[in-house]
Amino acid sequence: MKPAPFDWHAPHSLEEALALKARHGDDARFLAGGQSLVPAMNFRVAQPAVLVDLNRAAGLGGIEAQADGSLVIGAMARSAAVERHAGAGTSHPILAEALHEVAHPQVRNRGTLGGNLSHADPASEMPAVMVALNARFVLRSARGERDIVAADFFLGPLTTALAPDEMLAAIRIPALPPRSGTAWLEIARRRGDYAMMGVAAIVTLDTGGVCTAASLACCSAGPTPMTAPRAAASLVGTKVSDTDIARAADLLRQEVAPTGSVQASPAYQRHLAGVIAARALATARERAA
Amino acid sequence: MKRVTLTINGTAVTREVEARLLLSDFIRHEAGLTGTHVGCEHGVCGACTIRLDGAPVRSCLMFAVQAEGHDILTVESLGTPGSLSVLQQAFQDSHGLQCGYCTPGILMTISAFLEENTDPTEDEVRHALSGHLCRCTGYQHIVDAVLLAAKRMRAG
Repeated sequence: MKPAPFDWHAPHSLEEALALKARHGDDARFLAGGQSLVPAMNFRVAQPAVLVDLNRAAGLGGIEAQADGSLVIGAMARSAAVERHAGAGTSHPILAEALHEVAHPQVRNRGTLGGNLSHADPASEMPAVMVALNARFVLRSARGERDIVAADFFLGPLTTALAPDEMLAAIRIPALPPRSGTAWLEIARRRGDYAMMGVAAIVTLDTGGVCTAASLACCSAGPTPMTAPRAAASLVGTKVSDTDIARAADLLRQEVAPTGSVQASPAYQRHLAGVIAARALATARERAA
Repeated sequence: MKRVTLTINGTAVTREVEARLLLSDFIRHEAGLTGTHVGCEHGVCGACTIRLDGAPVRSCLMFAVQAEGHDILTVESLGTPGSLSVLQQAFQDSHGLQCGYCTPGILMTISAFLEENTDPTEDEVRHALSGHLCRCTGYQHIVDAVLLAAKRMRAG
């Protein structure tokens, strides 16, 4: 239960960190909050030869509301800090609502949003939330910078679009349109456990109460965060009545691909997806009004 | 090997350690403070919880070398056998422990929790405890102890 030996580097700048990763490639892992990597190292299922510790690199942890209502979050922002940030409670309340369910406060005190997203566990909440919000991720390397939409970042279980020399540096979350309501809902057997199913629901209404946009994304529902575009599209143009919601939930059930776990069979996860999506949509609709 | 100086309960401790030495092991074996316990070493049980710059964190998920430049508080900072803190006394009075293995971690989490929330509901206490596993008590007396401590702290 002790990790294998490694060379530890704790650079003071992002540039140094990226240079180290470029030099060592796949032999090196970035160390952010360590709440996923260190357990894996303690079990020795991960044995990186080199750790590039990001905790001393300046300027990676900011949380900044932009003038246009969007939010820019540095990858090293602690999950607890994001949860407490005003933007998480006001402009993007789904961030605080979902983070509240992520593991436990102790894990959130040290764990980072960027680290959690880079780990890309299909059972994690925040990847699904980012996909639902249509967030963009800024990926940096010694070669430069690119940004991609969250849905293109998650490729499979624990697999992302990061090149061997790249790091997720920042997350840009667009402003929600006026009269948008959001909800994160999940079911886990114990508080803090990985969810058997989790759903992010976003609903935007016009002044007449008619839905102009909707977004749904689930965790624990497939190899990556699973969206439900047909379910979401079915709500546009409707007043998001209980019947509309029930129809959307039915569609969502067909759009997810849960593989089951020790806690829940695929059929049960699929059932939960419909139940939770319906509840989350109802809540999102109330909040949009 | 790297020479590091960690500040634990206000005291500087300088040792030469491998980068892979966990903070929990530094606290126990290098600093000799065995109040911090190791239950799972993969971040689920909470027995190793300390306060890093005031925030409760799992010390089994940090390397000792990372903790240089930070303030670490362990259970030894709360009180002594002859002079228990209000929180510790409440645990004794409420039978909030049996084997005591999970207790130090819980005390560190709750000492931070009660600083932020001086009048918690039972639900809030249970939420605050959710990162800790106890195999002995069934948690009820732990919850009672926390509520009793909060009440006594409010009374001054």
